[in-house]
Amino acid sequence: MSLLELSDLTVHFATDAGPVEAVHKVNLWVGAGEIMGLVGESGSGKTVTAFSILRLIRPPGRIVRGSIRLEGCDLLALSEEEMRRVRGARISLIPQNPRTALNPVITVGGQIARLFELHRGLPARAAWERGVEALDQVGVPEAPRRMRQYAHQLSGGTCQRVMIAMALASSPQLLIADEPTTGLDVSIAARILDLLRELGSRTGAAIILITHDLGVVAETCHRVSVMHAGQLVESASVRTLFQQPMHPYTRALVRSIPRIDREVALEPIPGSVPSLLNASPGCRYVTRCLDRLDICRQILPPLELIDPDHRVACHAVEASRAAVA
Amino acid sequence: MTDSALSAVSTRPKSRLPAMWNRLRRNPVTFGALTVIVVLALVAILAPVIAPFDPDATDPAVALEGPSWRNLLGTDVYGRDQLSRLIFAARLDLIVPCCATMAALVVGALIGALSGYRGGWMDQLIMRMVEAVLAFPALVLAMGLTAALGNSIGNIILTLAITQVPIYIRLIRGEMLRVREMEYAEAARAVGNPPWRIVLVHLLPNCIPPLIVQATLAMGFALLTMAALSFLGLGIRPPDSEWGEMTAEGANHMVTGEWWLFVFPGLAVMITVLAFNLVGDGLRDFLDPRMRGVR
Repeated sequence: MSLLELSDLTVHFATDAGPVEAVHKVNLWVGAGEIMGLVGESGSGKTVTAFSILRLIRPPGRIVRGSIRLEGCDLLALSEEEMRRVRGARISLIPQNPRTALNPVITVGGQIARLFELHRGLPARAAWERGVEALDQVGVPEAPRRMRQYAHQLSGGTCQRVMIAMALASSPQLLIADEPTTGLDVSIAARILDLLRELGSRTGAAIILITHDLGVVAETCHRVSVMHAGQLVESASVRTLFQQPMHPYTRALVRSIPRIDREVALEPIPGSVPSLLNASPGCRYVTRCLDRLDICRQILPPLELIDPDHRVACHAVEASRAAVA
Repeated sequence: MTDSALSAVSTRPKSRLPAMWNRLRRNPVTFGALTVIVVLALVAILAPVIAPFDPDATDPAVALEGPSWRNLLGTDVYGRDQLSRLIFAARLDLIVPCCATMAALVVGALIGALSGYRGGWMDQLIMRMVEAVLAFPALVLAMGLTAALGNSIGNIILTLAITQVPIYIRLIRGEMLRVREMEYAEAARAVGNPPWRIVLVHLLPNCIPPLIVQATLAMGFALLTMAALSFLGLGIRPPDSEWGEMTAEGANHMVTGEWWLFVFPGLAVMITVLAFNLVGDGLRDFLDPRMRGVR
């Protein structure tokens, strides 16, 4: 059984013009100890999906359908109070922008030590010492001094390490990293990713790595799920996805990666993510798709298993497979 | 890095104080106004030491005398030394608005934080109540309240606080709407903090700078309202004395020419209110990060 399983997760945001389907019938799973990349362009619903797992979607957003099972237990059925004990303890989040995710008026130590008090019930002094250890473990130099500093006194990379230390404070089973390297320069980003990978294998925590950078995925993840306009279009192991992308969107994504070893013109993907307001019942890639069939406009393709570790939601792929068979 | 070098770096947060002091010095108006307030506070605290006479000691021999070397600011109908009376009155004139402002600040911040963070029907209800209170001119509301409650010192503090509370509620609610969408608010929720802790520990401290500015400006306003109440006979009553009440008493002598009886208490009110307003203005610029280093 996988650690986390989302089935048919659908999230709506109420607007004056009607509901916006930010996430539509997403089926996703993460195995224990696995690093799963969640990729897609801006507005594809990656972050909303991640926040749904923690049930941090706030009005006007609402989870309308589906289930989120952590070790078989449906998180959507928990009370708010029970959910609070899951957040930070069993599932934790590494937020997108580490600098603004640290409270500007509380010292780093005040924030990290608090977690040990909250989730481990440690007294203040012991919690503080655990905080120093936690910073040490993620490679923050001069941890005791950093504990007494504020976010504005730290560099971006150090802020991100602090966030990672905080996310790991309670040895969670699942870590959700929401574009953890966006604000960082390349060398720091690489070190942060190394750290995540190493911590993942050391603590056995599963990681959902949200990113729009396929390079990061190739380097870090075991498995990838691709989202487009709120729908999950393809899910496969990293090797499979890069070698045999099936869904037209994934193929276009892979083609759009700049290559230094080959002289190939970059191919941008035509169009942009369609409006999710009153979205059509069919596949949302249809307006940008080169392989579209008539059925694509009417019916949402289900996520079909085409290989033990490869699932694709595309009518065209299904049709061509049927033709071969 | 050596230990001494480390400690030199780690004293950086503390070294902000001298820097703030320097910036304050370069703004003569704010600095002057702040000096006035500090001097007034000292005067109020040290009143028994520095007042030349007992403020309540009457002396018919020197009644209604103008400023002289003996009585610098003259004497009143009963021959009481006006300067001593003004010095002692400074105590009530500072403590009452200060208590009222503090009370309004704490209550307003809590209600405003709740309103802004929770939103929904509770927010709507609180905001409509705030609007209802703000619809009255502050002085009229204060007059009505003291008339209804009676004008003991405690009630005057309560009255001044009630007229101020809606302003803080609005201010903090607005700030709360801003900070609750911040990423650190999201992060605080994501680690499983209970809502009360998110509001009080994580969000409220981030709303404080505008609150300080508002409180300083409100101090002046509260003092003015109290003086006005006393002037109208609804505030502090004799034998307690207060500048507004002294001005009112002095005003009876306006036609007979004893000008010192209303001019000096009035000046005291004016200077103090002005000082608080100028400090409030100065703080607003001071706490606004965009203004840093402009001067």
